[in-house]
Amino acid sequence: MGVFRYLLAVICLWLSVSTSLAQDVSMLVDGLAIGSFKEREAAITALVSSGSPAVVPVLQALSDGALFVRKSDHKVFIATASGDIFKLADPLNNVDAGQAAKADVEKIKVNNSLREMISNAMSGLTLFSKDVKVRKDAALAVLKSGDASALPALEKAIPAESDPAVADIMRVAAAAATLKSNRSDEAKKAAIDTLSKQTNRDTSSLLTSYAAGVSDPLKSEALAAAQKIETALSTWTAVQNIWFGLSLASVLLLAAIGLAITFGVMGVINMAHGEMVMLGAYTTYVVEQLFQTYFPSAANYALVASIPSAFIVSGLMGIAIERSVIRFLYGRPLETLLATWGVSLILQQAVRSIFGPTNKSVTTPSWMSGSIDFSNGLSFTLNRIAILIFALAIFAGLMLLIRRTSLGLQMRAVTQNRPMANAMGIRSSRVDALTFGLGSGVAGLAGVALSQIDNVSPNLGQSYIIDSFLVVVFGGVGNLWGTLAGALTLGIANKFLEPFAGAVLAKIFILVAVILFIQKKPRGLFALKGRWVDA
Amino acid sequence: MITKSLMPSLGRAGFIFLAVLAVVGIAVPTSNLFTSTDSFMHVPDYAVTLGGKYLCYALLALSVDLVWGYCGILSLGHGAFFALGGYAMGMYMMRQIGARGVYGNAELPDFMVFLNWKVLPWYWHGFEYFPFAVLMIVLAPGILAFVFGWFAFRSRVTGVYLSIITQAMTYALLLAFFRNDMGFGGNNGLTDFKDILGFSVQAAGTRATLFMLSALALALCFIVARAIVNSKFGKIIIGIRDAESRTRFLGYRVEHYKLFIFVISAIMAGVAGALYVPQVGIINPSEFAPSNSIEAVIWTAFGGRGTLWGAALGAIVINAVKSYLTGALPNAWLFVLGGLAVVVTIYMPKGLAGFFAGWSRLPTKSKLPSSLAEAAE
Repeated sequence: MGVFRYLLAVICLWLSVSTSLAQDVSMLVDGLAIGSFKEREAAITALVSSGSPAVVPVLQALSDGALFVRKSDHKVFIATASGDIFKLADPLNNVDAGQAAKADVEKIKVNNSLREMISNAMSGLTLFSKDVKVRKDAALAVLKSGDASALPALEKAIPAESDPAVADIMRVAAAAATLKSNRSDEAKKAAIDTLSKQTNRDTSSLLTSYAAGVSDPLKSEALAAAQKIETALSTWTAVQNIWFGLSLASVLLLAAIGLAITFGVMGVINMAHGEMVMLGAYTTYVVEQLFQTYFPSAANYALVASIPSAFIVSGLMGIAIERSVIRFLYGRPLETLLATWGVSLILQQAVRSIFGPTNKSVTTPSWMSGSIDFSNGLSFTLNRIAILIFALAIFAGLMLLIRRTSLGLQMRAVTQNRPMANAMGIRSSRVDALTFGLGSGVAGLAGVALSQIDNVSPNLGQSYIIDSFLVVVFGGVGNLWGTLAGALTLGIANKFLEPFAGAVLAKIFILVAVILFIQKKPRGLFALKGRWVDA
Repeated sequence: MITKSLMPSLGRAGFIFLAVLAVVGIAVPTSNLFTSTDSFMHVPDYAVTLGGKYLCYALLALSVDLVWGYCGILSLGHGAFFALGGYAMGMYMMRQIGARGVYGNAELPDFMVFLNWKVLPWYWHGFEYFPFAVLMIVLAPGILAFVFGWFAFRSRVTGVYLSIITQAMTYALLLAFFRNDMGFGGNNGLTDFKDILGFSVQAAGTRATLFMLSALALALCFIVARAIVNSKFGKIIIGIRDAESRTRFLGYRVEHYKLFIFVISAIMAGVAGALYVPQVGIINPSEFAPSNSIEAVIWTAFGGRGTLWGAALGAIVINAVKSYLTGALPNAWLFVLGGLAVVVTIYMPKGLAGFFAGWSRLPTKSKLPSSLAEAAE
């Protein structure tokens, strides 16, 4: 009941302000012409506290020196000079009000302190704009300046605000302004309380700087509130780090999972793996160009079409490499490493010759751009979320393929015991080619995802190859779960180290840590159990 | 007399190699310094420097061959040892610049003045003395190889796993040396050298001497490596290459043998780097790039691994082709290098050496029993 009555009172007040606005405001505008700067200051304050958005152009004109007073009746107009004649317009509604000779009008003078006052006041007034965005910007401007003179306008604007998000910002802005005003200590305490609920760095520093200028009990309250914010912030930072880590992990997983198949299942070191990723990214680029040329209306979905295309292009290239090079080198992993390194150089140079050495840009489709933001500064970009989901989907798909399909069964059989698999009628050379094609195709899929966050250039694959190897070796060869665990561990560890050590040093730490880890567990996190005579 | 006692351990091909090296090492500098520029016998200055560079690469390939061809350790990080030796030499020459730098600071190298550093970092002390620098050229790669190898071989990291972590090692060093805070000149590395032991690095006489020293270093390292692989120790090393487990079961401490050969090889790579830097006039972190190390392995494979002289020959031939192609057909070079890597591994397992000599110490895998072939990896 009490709340309702309060609301009613506010609405009535607001209505009365709006109806009586017209005549009151025009009187106040005329008041601008009277007297000294000091009186003008009072007149501006009166105008501003009317809270009418209509006074914004008046104040703007005053600040710009375009506001003139007619000597005959002391009415105020916005005037534009054309020669000796001034065109007059009503300052509130911009209706034409005839002309006047230069001698008949006089400019209303302002000085710098008035100009500053006007600009502060204007941000208060735009709080009533019809445009939500303008209102939000105005509220943010007050929040930033913490200008106490905007307080009356804010207090009027808050109950009138229809957008709850903007109203929240206004409340915080009002609290920030209250701290700088000469209100009672109780009001300030309430303001500190409001601010302490805002978990972001700005509010915390605002409170800290405020605490420095006052005495107890407000000082200790402000400091406690700042402390509370800092604690909450560190939690959020951790959440943000985990997110960045997950995001990096998804990229690592994408880059490494194809390798986990070729290296883990087949024991083939494929140094050209990075180039399969690069081919996938270039396929994405080509598909997008094709869409833009032939189906511009569907260009937004080119990325979807490039997923199967990249899989096929990289997969076929993988099969070609297996048939032409790797097949001759089974059982000689070191030679395979060198030969595939050669292949990687050839592919890089081929792409460079065809597409040129410069970076190609792939546009992010509209349904994948943007981000989910939280008021406490957390932000999740949609393309990173999409990549995380994509990586997990590929992982699940591969898991299913290996566990549930006949190709998967044959792959596992050949991995475990090639002669026995042959004896059971499995054509192991065909399985080899298909497995290699699958691993390469998955690398191509990684290329589709990476084209969204990285430059598409001939060197794209190079930047991921060492990381991919480390993930696979760290996780344990021949085990997709190990690859997942490896990607997650390395990704999150990297992002948690970065704030302390910087990006490069964090990376070095990770590399050294993995090198040391391999000493301890030479066969990775999840080693396959078996009877090996030798490594 | 000496040649006679060396003959058996060198082999006919090795002897020819040393003879050619001696002729080149004496003839090229002599012709450069003592014939007139228009004589058809004259070797121009740029060719001397280029040749000296090839000789350093040959020494790097030799060091790779020592561990890969004889011990089966495929190191994809030998470029790191090469670069460390180079940095040690670079630091000495940096200190020799003294007050002649752009900023005229007698105590600090230019890049430190630029970064607003006030005192010389502790690890730069001593590099003003040449003997100390020489000591570091040996110690820096040697200690890194010792620590790395001690960990890796003791825990029996072998085959491709070892290759991957050596690659990770050189990659980590690449990233580290890119950092300005490391105090090694960051991205730009060390350059702008003025003189070495008081002789200007630009002077023809210095260049010719460096060429001769490179040839001498290559020859000495070749003799040392030959002596090692022909000793009883060398037989065990080869045993480890062909059947590591069997060698271990016979009672040999495989990790000690591997560590020794790895450290020796790293020191040779470091010496190669140290001779390389004054001739090219710059050392920067890109020398740590993993692809450089792999390239050195390709030289070795192309020349023929397990022969030592073949590796050196491979390095010289491939780099000569590289110098020609990057000038004449810049786009073709990576195709050629990539194609070589593929063709050599599939069709020329014995490399150039097998082509020339018709024999090789390296058994082809197909001739081994299959169980052994697997164990060898």
